Amino acid sequence: MKVLVPVKRVIDYNVKVRVKADGTGVDLANVKMSMNPFDEIAVEEAIRLKEKGQADEIVAVSIGVKQAQETLRTALAMGADRAILIVAADDIHQDIEPLAVAKLLKAVIDEEQPGLVLAGKQAIDNDMNATGQMLAALLGWAQGTFASGLEIEGENAVVTREVDGGLQTIKVKMPAIVTVDLRLNEPRYASLPNIMKAKKKPLDEKTPADYGIDVTPRLTVVRTAEPRERQAGIKVGSVDELIAKLKDEAGVL
Amino acid sequence: MPSYIPPTEEIQFLLHDVLEASAADIPGYDELDRDFTAAVLDEAGKIAAEVLAPLNATGDAEGCRLENGVVRTPEGYRDAYRQVSEGGWIGLDADPAYGGQGMPYLLNTAVGEMFVSANMAFNMYWGLTHGAMSAIHVHGSEAQKALYLPKMISGEWSGTMNLTEPQCGTDLGLIKTRAEPQGDGTYRITGTKIWISAGEHDLTENIIHLVLAKIPGGPEGTKGISLFIVPKFLPDADGNPGPRNALHCVGLEHKMGIHANATCVMSYEGATGFLVGEEHKGMRAMFTMMNEARLGVGLQGYAQGVVAYQNALAWARDRLQGRAVGAPANPQGPADPIMVHPDVRRNLMHQKSFVEGARAFTFWGAQLIDRSHRGGDAEAEALISLLTPVIKGFLTDKGFETTVLAQQTLGGTGFTRAAGLEQFVRDARITMIYEGTNGIQSLDLVGRKLPQDGGKAMRAFFEIVKGVIRENEDDAEVKAGFLDPLKAASKDLQAATMYFVEQGMKNPANALAGSYDFMHLFGHVCLGLMWARIAKAARAGLNAGTGDAARHAARLATGRYYMARQLPATALHLARITSGADTVMALPDESF
Repeated sequence: MKVLVPVKRVIDYNVKVRVKADGTGVDLANVKMSMNPFDEIAVEEAIRLKEKGQADEIVAVSIGVKQAQETLRTALAMGADRAILIVAADDIHQDIEPLAVAKLLKAVIDEEQPGLVLAGKQAIDNDMNATGQMLAALLGWAQGTFASGLEIEGENAVVTREVDGGLQTIKVKMPAIVTVDLRLNEPRYASLPNIMKAKKKPLDEKTPADYGIDVTPRLTVVRTAEPRERQAGIKVGSVDELIAKLKDEAGVL
Repeated sequence: MPSYIPPTEEIQFLLHDVLEASAADIPGYDELDRDFTAAVLDEAGKIAAEVLAPLNATGDAEGCRLENGVVRTPEGYRDAYRQVSEGGWIGLDADPAYGGQGMPYLLNTAVGEMFVSANMAFNMYWGLTHGAMSAIHVHGSEAQKALYLPKMISGEWSGTMNLTEPQCGTDLGLIKTRAEPQGDGTYRITGTKIWISAGEHDLTENIIHLVLAKIPGGPEGTKGISLFIVPKFLPDADGNPGPRNALHCVGLEHKMGIHANATCVMSYEGATGFLVGEEHKGMRAMFTMMNEARLGVGLQGYAQGVVAYQNALAWARDRLQGRAVGAPANPQGPADPIMVHPDVRRNLMHQKSFVEGARAFTFWGAQLIDRSHRGGDAEAEALISLLTPVIKGFLTDKGFETTVLAQQTLGGTGFTRAAGLEQFVRDARITMIYEGTNGIQSLDLVGRKLPQDGGKAMRAFFEIVKGVIRENEDDAEVKAGFLDPLKAASKDLQAATMYFVEQGMKNPANALAGSYDFMHLFGHVCLGLMWARIAKAARAGLNAGTGDAARHAARLATGRYYMARQLPATALHLARITSGADTVMALPDESF
């Protein structure tokens, strides 16, 4: 079985995010970028399937600026077999919207015919949580989202999902889309020999035009602002005062 | 608890913009393109920050335990060691013929800095394996290489160096450990060795001791010393560890720092040993490792400074005390962060300008080692031989000083265990002592390295300084901020060198009494030279619009501080040197 893993280049989770002065978005110039952490979990899961003999090839795909090839090299160093980069933007500040990404991924999937797509549940830059679901709809495939467990049983994938009330286990027929959550696994560190081998693994470069997909943004960013700074707390004298404040000032009771 | 942030951006800048690694005409350097080194440094940085750094304070508190002859390393060290060895990091620059990755020593040095900053005591377990591997690789037989190197490169086995004995350390001619030929090509090793780092531990299935010993009937002094491989478990021909050899760890030292690294007293009780190279040629084999090992210790010195500085800076940004001169910097808060105060700022700039210059100097040294080992360049070999005692002595003295300055930044908090700064001070302290005390380094520099080949290497160094000045003189800003101070400092170094040339023959005491100051004078000029090279690269980046402009500006500002406020120390050192030995030697012994 072939497993396809989409990976996104995002601002590193350790970086303190700054909003651009003109409010059009987050400042990404000379900022450390890394693989979206949920995508790392997806890559790790694909590698584990391969190690268990349930997958035989792992293809990583990234859509974005040319620099996303570094992200793909990371996936290759972890253990993916080959990579496809679709260069869809020149400007590092241009985000490709979920629907365009889903359409491009569908086009790649039509060519590659994977048995399973493992994707991060969302990217930590804009937290849309949409691409996996849109892709499932475009393909007409089954989907298992927010996966914290995954077992392959013959033609089916058994997915444990983290839902509000606890854990839900579903069985989906493959080919399927599974979007992964934080607790599915702990991604490995790439070994030095694998980092070196990754240099020589195939990385194909494509453009949206190769697939006939229009990636023009449909959404307009109205404003981007820093979150309001946290205010200092206050001390209350009694439980009654606390309840009164929660009722009247905070309005939460 | 202190934290560690891998300085991968600064390392990348040095590798590619200052040292221009991938363009350097050194075998293997063509592999070092920017994306590749970024991938390696990112992954190594993650392991340093996420796996090794969290074990630094806990390992220090717990220390090692000796139980029935077995040393237990602190909680978590076995698992961390497994991650590092399985990741292939131990063999980064080792020979691919034995399973290494064959990368340049420069890259090993860059990765090594991060591991050492994160956890120096842990890193030493396999840092010493590296030295032992080099000795076997250069001087061992084909059979020895095939038997030992693959297991050491993979990290399954570790290595040690056994030189010191209770009665001697610096003067190895006095060693007593005996090696008696058994008639079957092996030797019986008997004696006691002390201060053996990683002499015994629970991280690997076997430990390969390299032991200096004397074969009875051989020449007196250092000319009668031979080098032996003495494994903890005697391996069979296939490399499976077999019977336990007659050697034991009989004690652990209680030390000021590096608590998580086992410093062992080793007793050899007729242990089976295998000769490395020729009989009585052990010192030569030892010297092979010296340059690398001493560069590695210089790195440890400034690397502790790096992590100490990072934590001092974090404190200086957060700690609110007093108000800035003029307008407050944090009018909404009860006070301003202490980094607004000029004296706190001076303290931080002192730390920052040292560690960044030291990193550049060490990387340049590593590049010279590659040029010599990989490229067979004799000039590079002579130059690194000259610079090695400077890297070791100057960078560890100043690295230790940096940890103390960082501790000072935190005031009383820096004195507490919980803040973690005092551990960096304690751990850095050993770097000034081991692998030859810094006093010995200065004697090696002035007595041996400086006069070698009629001072040829020193003249080559001055030519390099002149070259950097000549190439950049058109840039008025670089000239004023960097080249003019470098020229003045270099003149002080020339004057000191001339003084030694004049005094060396007629009054050697004058040279020996000035050797320590000479090492520092030389060190400052080296860092001044590196800052001039950094300034050149930062200016080029700004002009071309490549890289982060704010970072380039910061490099220039940091460098200007070094040139204005640290480099002038050369005049002081010169004055001390030319005052001669009289004031040093005047007091009669009994009057002390």
